[in-house]
Amino acid sequence: MISPRTTIIAASCLAISMAASVLVQRHNDQLRPGAALDDVLYISSPTMVKRASLGFDGLMACIYWTRAVQYFGYRHHYRELSYNELAPLLEITTALDPHLLPAYQFGANFLAPKPPWGAGQPDRAIRLMNYGIAHNSDNWQLYYNLGFVYYTELKDYKKASEVFGRGAEVPNAHPFMRVLAAQMAQHAGEYETARRLWSFTYHSSRQTNIRENALEHLRSIQVDEDVTNLQDAVTRFGRRTGRLPASMSELAAAEHLPGIPVDPDGHPYIMSPEGRILVHSPGDFSFITKGTPPGYKPSAPKFHIKD
Amino acid sequence: MNARIAYIASNTFREAVRDRVLYNLIAFALLISGAAILVGQISIDIERLVVVNLGLTAVSLFGVVIAIFIGIGLVSKEIEKRTLYTVLSRPVRRWEFIIGKFFGLAGTLVVNTFFMAIGVFGALLYVTHRFSAPDALIFVALYFIILEFLIICSLALLFSSFSSPLLSAVFAFSLFVIGSFADDLRGFAGLTHGLTRWIATTAAYLVPNFSTLNVINAVAHQQPPSVQLVLQNTLYALFYTAMALSGAVLIFERRNLK
Repeated sequence: MISPRTTIIAASCLAISMAASVLVQRHNDQLRPGAALDDVLYISSPTMVKRASLGFDGLMACIYWTRAVQYFGYRHHYRELSYNELAPLLEITTALDPHLLPAYQFGANFLAPKPPWGAGQPDRAIRLMNYGIAHNSDNWQLYYNLGFVYYTELKDYKKASEVFGRGAEVPNAHPFMRVLAAQMAQHAGEYETARRLWSFTYHSSRQTNIRENALEHLRSIQVDEDVTNLQDAVTRFGRRTGRLPASMSELAAAEHLPGIPVDPDGHPYIMSPEGRILVHSPGDFSFITKGTPPGYKPSAPKFHIKD
Repeated sequence: MNARIAYIASNTFREAVRDRVLYNLIAFALLISGAAILVGQISIDIERLVVVNLGLTAVSLFGVVIAIFIGIGLVSKEIEKRTLYTVLSRPVRRWEFIIGKFFGLAGTLVVNTFFMAIGVFGALLYVTHRFSAPDALIFVALYFIILEFLIICSLALLFSSFSSPLLSAVFAFSLFVIGSFADDLRGFAGLTHGLTRWIATTAAYLVPNFSTLNVINAVAHQQPPSVQLVLQNTLYALFYTAMALSGAVLIFERRNLK
């Protein structure tokens, strides 16, 4: 015969002890921030992991891929400055499943860029892409990813052109690849080329990190291009009048612009007394190379979500 | 199949159901539905891949565990409960008993796999919203998984025919692990010379090759296995199962049950 009293006491003990253990665990997590995700790699050898998966390497690859994304997302969220485990995680993922294409795209976007934007390991990014191409030679997007690394991080236009050219030869390759190969070879229209590359990356991926990173680059490219054009306008104005424009309004009127030009956030560009074009809030554009005041140091990176 | 084998097989199936073996389907249903809901949020771009890989891996592992843990007790439990003597005192031959037990366990696993397959397809539909032609390849992977179960059932019965349940479980599970490395074993054998090579190659061919029956990842990537592979795997599983069952019959026929 089951006593209702015993049942109530046991059920209460169960609920209380469960709640208490969760509470203590949460306090522990606060004492050791990042403990759960810091040492994510217990086995660093892709071969060992493959062996240990007992033939279920497809599922294991999915698990490692999820870990790689979580690892990057977690560290990026907490503004960590290193991503030392990202390369091994992606290498294990692709060793387990060489056909897991999103892992290569992720590697192209986040292995090569310098910290805090990535792991700062372009050599490993290139190795990963070459591994992907060796196992998926009929996939033109991997050539795109490789060329992307050569172009965006290493500024090796010759190599980028060669890789885009090879990718263009793959059956069913996007016609854009041939255009990219030509543009790289000429090293022309840099803003336009960069914009097209990042736009393509933005539209071809569903991964939040990749899309946010591409969007941030697109915003910064827009600012760089605007600042360059406005600075040229200031130079033209000076040549024409022999003085600097008194204000942005005067510059806009002289260039027949409909109003004072604004950055992607809607803030008007500023002109310093020395005629230098500046961005209202440079910290909002992580990749800008122009429009910053002298001695400006970039703040911690942040992504913008597209509305 | 003769009537006596069919009768033993149906009783084995009924016993497994009575032992609540099919309760594993509840765990499977929870796993696969939880995965289907979570996967859309954490596995961007590879939702289908995760559902197919996780679903088929779970079908395979659940089945292997059931095959081993039921298979190892099929003979020894009958001896322990002394029900075997009642069966064998009737006009039932020992080999019929073994074959009947095998079909009963295989039937249980096929029914179990059928329900789990419904779960996998349900989760897939939830994640992808509609089926596409390459999803039919999942049936090939499920077929190979059933072939794998046949081999494991026969091995569990083989060990059960001469060993204790605990040792049978250890042997069967070890062979499952070793069989998953079958391709590597052949590779290692190729690196040796002389007599060692001969012994290593023989050992490599004697253990079941489960890696050839595992096409889960290829199917998840919508890569169809060749018709030749389907035929050869079918023949391989049938021959290997026949080999293990023959061994079980030979041992059980000579076993002193007094």
